[in-house]
Amino acid sequence: MDLLLEAVYRHYGFDFRQYARPSLRRRLTRRLSLEGLQTLSGLQERLLHEPECMERLLLDLSINVTAMFRDPSFFRVFRTKVVPLLRTYPFIRIWNAGCSTGEETYSLAILLREEGLYDRTRIYATDINEAVLVQARQALFPLEKMKEYTENYLASGGSRAFSEYYVAAYEGAQFDRSLGDNIVFARHNLATDRSFNEFQVVVCRNVMIYFDMSLQNRVHDLFYESLQRLGVLALGPKESIAFTSHADHYDVLDPQNKLFRKAR
Amino acid sequence: MSAADHLVVVGCSWGGLDALSRLLAHVPQDLPAAIVVAQHRMHDASYLAELLARHTDWPVCEAEDKEPISVGHVHLAPPGYHLLIDGHRLALSTEGPVRHSRPSIDVLFESAAEAFTHRVVGVVLTGANSDGARGLVRIVRRGGRAVVQDPATAARRDMPEAALATGVDATVAPLEEIGPLLGQMITSHPQGERSSSHPQGERSST
Ligand SMILES: C[S@@+](CC[C@H](N)C(=O)[O-])C[C@H]1O[C@@H](n2cnc3c(N)ncnc32)[C@H](O)[C@@H]1O
Repeated sequence: MDLLLEAVYRHYGFDFRQYARPSLRRRLTRRLSLEGLQTLSGLQERLLHEPECMERLLLDLSINVTAMFRDPSFFRVFRTKVVPLLRTYPFIRIWNAGCSTGEETYSLAILLREEGLYDRTRIYATDINEAVLVQARQALFPLEKMKEYTENYLASGGSRAFSEYYVAAYEGAQFDRSLGDNIVFARHNLATDRSFNEFQVVVCRNVMIYFDMSLQNRVHDLFYESLQRLGVLALGPKESIAFTSHADHYDVLDPQNKLFRKAR
Repeated sequence: MSAADHLVVVGCSWGGLDALSRLLAHVPQDLPAAIVVAQHRMHDASYLAELLARHTDWPVCEAEDKEPISVGHVHLAPPGYHLLIDGHRLALSTEGPVRHSRPSIDVLFESAAEAFTHRVVGVVLTGANSDGARGLVRIVRRGGRAVVQDPATAARRDMPEAALATGVDATVAPLEEIGPLLGQMITSHPQGERSSSHPQGERSST
């Protein structure tokens, strides 16, 4: 498997060498049988000679699932525990790393607008995948998701009518363009790129779960370096800082919703 | 907490809460292993850990990504995630459901076989589908052992029957006997083999 990942990296520049092995192994095995092949070296050969096969593998390996106000309790606690901290800053910078198609980013923007903080906030929303960023900039989400998102929004402590934020159009729910005014969507690879600013908040949920331990540690170095003192780090519901090299550098703001505060 | 040398992976579905409770109540307190459970359940059923903790002195926790696997602990797959074994750690994944299930018992068992080879016991309990059957075959093929709840004693017999229908070499037992059986299987395991192979790290190749 190492050989295959190395070859893919050399040939195409796609770097999966530090992705979590067991699930990588599963997905490679699945691709192997879908291609009607017997061995990983057979798959490697086809990958290198047929870019279409590489395309198929990329689809297998990229997980972009996301939702607006995903895990409503996270956004509820963000309102009650993080917003009061942010009120003390004249200017707020948030890094939303691994933002996928932008649902999480716009959810943050809506929350901050309702709390009266959005005008002095800038959200840097980054992802490795340019295709999801193109979608994110459009702020256009499937209409059939609006029922679920409305429920999430209300469960997260939202007090308006969620439909105030979008217009139903033929192509989907077009969100209020002004929500995007203070968002910068940009490409950034957590595995190789450097820190680019200092932030009060870093939100990186359900991204590092796909990385192996050493890459997780690298990304935690990056976040630690990018957070100002007393800055807040938000992870996905089943992700933990406890097993990383930075465990001692943060206080726990909320254990269930994975909010941590850089303390030292 | 110390890292586990031996792993017991348990899969259950319909009727699983009662079955797990009865199984855990009879596991020897000093079993030198960790127990990792994948149960199909509803999204909001996060109180499973609390309910099970009433039946064992071992700590029972929902797994977090990259958590070390510890002797004398019960680790549960959180609803909506696959739970995999990665070296001596647990790994979570939100990859799509496998044959309609997430967590998938097969996914857990196959990764356990990969990481712990002959130091795994796979246990298939009650359930109304066939998840776990393939995984159990993989465990045995890699030198591990298999235990299947006696279908006659299961709330739903489909899952144990599907596991047995593979022809896998498994010990069949009612719930109350599985704990003691694990004790025998794991303590009677040849000592020499233990040190010869450690859990394969995340860098291992296929
Ligand atoms: C499952 S989505 C999470 C979306 C959102 N944060 C959420 O929780 O709903 C994971 C995202 O991480 C991105 N990603 C994966 N590897 C990355 C890397 N090395 N650098 C930056 N983003 C990456 C993927 O492109 C994908 O959009």
